[in-house]
Amino acid sequence: MIQSTSAPAAATPFWNDPAKRALAFQAAVLAVVLAVGYYLFANVQANLARQNIATGFGFLGRESGFEIGESPIAYSAADTYAKALLVGVLNTLRVSFLGIVLTVLLGTFVGIARLSTNWLVSKLAGAYIEVLQDIPVLLQLFFWYALFNEILPSPRQALSPLPGVFLCNRGLLLPIPAAHPAYRWMAAAFVAACVGVWLLRRWARKRQEATGRIFPTFRVGLALLLGLPALAWWLGGAPTAMNVPHLKGFNFRGGLSLSPEFAALLLGLVLYTSAFVAEIVRAGIQSVSHGQTEAAMSLGLTSGQTLNLVILPQALRVIVPPLTSQMLNLTKNSSLAVAIGFPDFVSVANTTINQTGQAIEGVALIMAVYLMFSLSTSAFMNWYNKRIALVER
Amino acid sequence: MSASSPSQPLRPPSTRLGVWGWMRVNLFNGWFNSLLTVVTVAGLGWVVPPFLRWAFWDALWNTPAEACRVGGGACWSVITKNLRFIIFGFYPHPEQWRPAVAMGLLVALLWYSKDRRRWKRSLGWIWLVALVVMGVLMRGGILGLEPVETSQWSGLPLTLLLSVFGMVAAYPLGVVLALGRRSRLPAVKSLCVAYIELIRGVPLISLLFMSSVMFPLFLPEGVTVNKILRALVAIILFTAAYIAEVVRGGLQAIPRGQYEAAESLGLNYVQTMRLIILPQALKIVIPPTVGILISAFKDTSLVVIIALYDVLNTTKSTLSNPQWMGFSTEAYLFLALLYFLGCFSMSSYSRRLERELTPGTAGRTR
Repeated sequence: MIQSTSAPAAATPFWNDPAKRALAFQAAVLAVVLAVGYYLFANVQANLARQNIATGFGFLGRESGFEIGESPIAYSAADTYAKALLVGVLNTLRVSFLGIVLTVLLGTFVGIARLSTNWLVSKLAGAYIEVLQDIPVLLQLFFWYALFNEILPSPRQALSPLPGVFLCNRGLLLPIPAAHPAYRWMAAAFVAACVGVWLLRRWARKRQEATGRIFPTFRVGLALLLGLPALAWWLGGAPTAMNVPHLKGFNFRGGLSLSPEFAALLLGLVLYTSAFVAEIVRAGIQSVSHGQTEAAMSLGLTSGQTLNLVILPQALRVIVPPLTSQMLNLTKNSSLAVAIGFPDFVSVANTTINQTGQAIEGVALIMAVYLMFSLSTSAFMNWYNKRIALVER
Repeated sequence: MSASSPSQPLRPPSTRLGVWGWMRVNLFNGWFNSLLTVVTVAGLGWVVPPFLRWAFWDALWNTPAEACRVGGGACWSVITKNLRFIIFGFYPHPEQWRPAVAMGLLVALLWYSKDRRRWKRSLGWIWLVALVVMGVLMRGGILGLEPVETSQWSGLPLTLLLSVFGMVAAYPLGVVLALGRRSRLPAVKSLCVAYIELIRGVPLISLLFMSSVMFPLFLPEGVTVNKILRALVAIILFTAAYIAEVVRGGLQAIPRGQYEAAESLGLNYVQTMRLIILPQALKIVIPPTVGILISAFKDTSLVVIIALYDVLNTTKSTLSNPQWMGFSTEAYLFLALLYFLGCFSMSSYSRRLERELTPGTAGRTR
């Protein structure tokens, strides 16, 4: 007893002191990392000097000299590398955004189908999920791209599944409304309606908290969102003219055309990712026990209220985090566009690397851009997740 | 007679029995499901018979390309006539028995290791010896085997090599990273966090580009590392970051009491982790780990982009032969089947393992 109280203070040698040992260990780890880093850096310096490769981002201001197949902004070979890379970023954003929206819709649909009490529908959804998950996405992209190039006919014999919609080896062509000032008014009306719905929701919640009376926010909001643009359309002269794609010479003119590369990339990414999203949605719905539905019913909630106030808030908690990583996966997988020749960011950066030889800067740009996408998507989703998360104590 | 009849079990209503009853319950319960069934069956009837006719009845199995151009069905000849190239790629023709034997050995070992009762120390040694044998078979140069350069390794052996070695090497690295991320030492922790987040934030092909264009710059003059090894390093670094996150989930799921109990027994950090924490944590995360391994297996196909000839790329180059141009559908379907079998067997094995490892549910079906 006496010994044990007097012993420790004096006798702990420094190599047995946990705090000092931790410090020494960390110093060693850092030293190793720094040494390896310095060694690599020195090698890079020597190699670059020997091969006469320029360093720095000066190349961004030079003329690129290559054409890009499709671009949402005006671009020509006379523009700079910086602009070429910007076109790449915009193309990546375009395919990722459209892909995410379509994936969530299709994935939710398949996930619900998987839970159907109809044996046939449920088994089909299960087969869809299992098969598409187990085939590499790159192989799927090659498959769809080959399908566009080999199976689909030339523009002259284009398939027309719906009037005005054409499918041929030049891509998918859709009719769009012909340009008219009324559409600008419709867009403005839609924005106004969005603001209106937001204000309405706030007001309705305040009133409900104060008086307990429920305002039919959903129905009124929907009416606003649909009604205001429709009103703007009618006031603007109700234009109905459509810009339908038509054959002119050897190719189609007019309408909205999606290139085979874009269509194949979008199709491959959406089908692949939606299989994963379907599993997430299924797990989320199954995580809410049936007792919750029964309890809500016994309280006298309508089925809409049950879904909105009881089931969805609990299911979303399970769904949102993995769904976020699937969105990020889709964005990252869109870089496979380089394999089928869609000019996404990686593809443009790759061309830049090949032309300038500045591999380090090129790869660093690729990594920086994708990190930015990833971080901003996950920041947004984390904010959303925090809003819907369970509030505890 | 009449006394015993009340205790006789009642048969379920006849509408719930037999084929008709099963259909009533599973396909036609309510008007909505009946409609759904009819629509689905109609859709299947529209798609499936033409597909079967194309894929089987009208298909050509082993004919020259010219015959395929005339016939209306699937041209499986593109596979059968080029199978050797698709599987073995540029490996020298007379030596192709060697990768075949190596792959056979790998499959046999995987099959043998399936049973959990055989997981003993000796199995580890068997694996080590087998991997050396496989390496010798592939590379040659000793025992009178013709040496074969790694630049000629291609096709299915390359795919298997990248995936098996990628998984085997990434797993311990991932566990170390996960432990680092959970560490109380700030320097170690922030290094691990930075590594994991950086790797997980970028697409795999940017790492592959890095391995193919940037990595040579990092090496001192005169030192070269071959392309396959560089790609393998990229795959390992990538997979390890994902495994680290999965293992971290498992570590977080272990209650604090386990750590405290280990500490009170006087175990040090290494002993605590090796004997108490990791066995439990790694067992919890078997299903997500298999998920990661399956995606690593699929992701090896991305080496196509840096011009390595894995099985996807040998198929692609077969299709670029003018003679066989235009039969991509058949070739890609064959490859899809190959990958599907690999992934599906992995995932169903993981489901079985999960059932076996969860106490009290041994006999239960999913």
